[in-house]
Amino acid sequence: MTGIAIDLLLWGFVAALAVAAAMRSRGLMWDGLRDGVVDFLRLIPRLVFGVIGAGFLAEVLPQDLIVAWFGPDSGILGLTIATIVGAVTPGGPVVGFAIAATALKSGAGAPQVIAFVTAWSVYSLQRLVMWEFPVMDHQAVWVRIAVSLPLPFLAAAIATLVGRP
Amino acid sequence: MPPRRQISTFDWSTGVIALAAVAAGVTVYLREGWDRFLAILLGDVGVMAYMMPKVLAGCVIGTLVALLLPREVVTRWIGAESGWLGFVVAFLAAAILPGNPLTIFPVAGALLVVGADVGAVVVFITTWALIGYQRALVWELPFLGPDFTIWRIIVCLPLPFVAGILARMAMRARNKGGAA
Repeated sequence: MTGIAIDLLLWGFVAALAVAAAMRSRGLMWDGLRDGVVDFLRLIPRLVFGVIGAGFLAEVLPQDLIVAWFGPDSGILGLTIATIVGAVTPGGPVVGFAIAATALKSGAGAPQVIAFVTAWSVYSLQRLVMWEFPVMDHQAVWVRIAVSLPLPFLAAAIATLVGRP
Repeated sequence: MPPRRQISTFDWSTGVIALAAVAAGVTVYLREGWDRFLAILLGDVGVMAYMMPKVLAGCVIGTLVALLLPREVVTRWIGAESGWLGFVVAFLAAAILPGNPLTIFPVAGALLVVGADVGAVVVFITTWALIGYQRALVWELPFLGPDFTIWRIIVCLPLPFVAGILARMAMRARNKGGAA
């Protein structure tokens, strides 16, 4: 049910944007639609392996090990390891979320998974090297890296404090 | 408009994931048999069917917004002289702008070039990375479920501002050190 509601929302947004583009020029609208479809087609291999991988990996991974390292009782050490793993996990939305889903299914604690997702989102080593350093002032990148260090821990702390998810 | 860069179809990270997926699949088959293998596979195909229309919509939204909202507009919004308003505008712009690294970082780089302060740019990038609705709807929700996704975003709401304030403090300390 929520799935259909989200589909409607997203496709409504697509329709509105397509109309807005067509009002500027028909060619602009077709360019946008075509490029979007091409991006989608290029993402499919990642999507297939990411989703199927998450399902099988969750089944194969030793659950007691995951619980011991990243479980709800793994404390600061678990958070730290989750943060480091998140920071060095390569970019692309499939990879990080597939790992997070696998960990969650295998018994990792929610704050630990949040720390992982936060670290992966703000760092993603591969993205830093490939996209951020080439187009940004290097000093600004280093400042961003430094000030982002506390964020995964802060997110985990807030999650623990509010007791959700 | 920055030149459009293509998403590559298959890179090394996809290769690693593919290898892990195949290895895990074979392990499940050998250890637990065909029935369990098929049950997991069918479950995953269901997840994929759920994701496909959202991912397609997300991709089209990304390209259309990039075409309709050239980076000059965003740059003008966040501007050179920002202060707290700059933080808020950077937060809103990054939360609304769909996009991948190919579009976000050129915008952030351009902001720096026109003289936006590093704090606002850090808010912009951190918000895009943590709060962006497009990534949440298209990717996070199907993998992790609505409860986790919604609460993760709520928990992360203050973080861009924390990072932005720290960045502004760091730059101020640095400039002071340079002057002395």
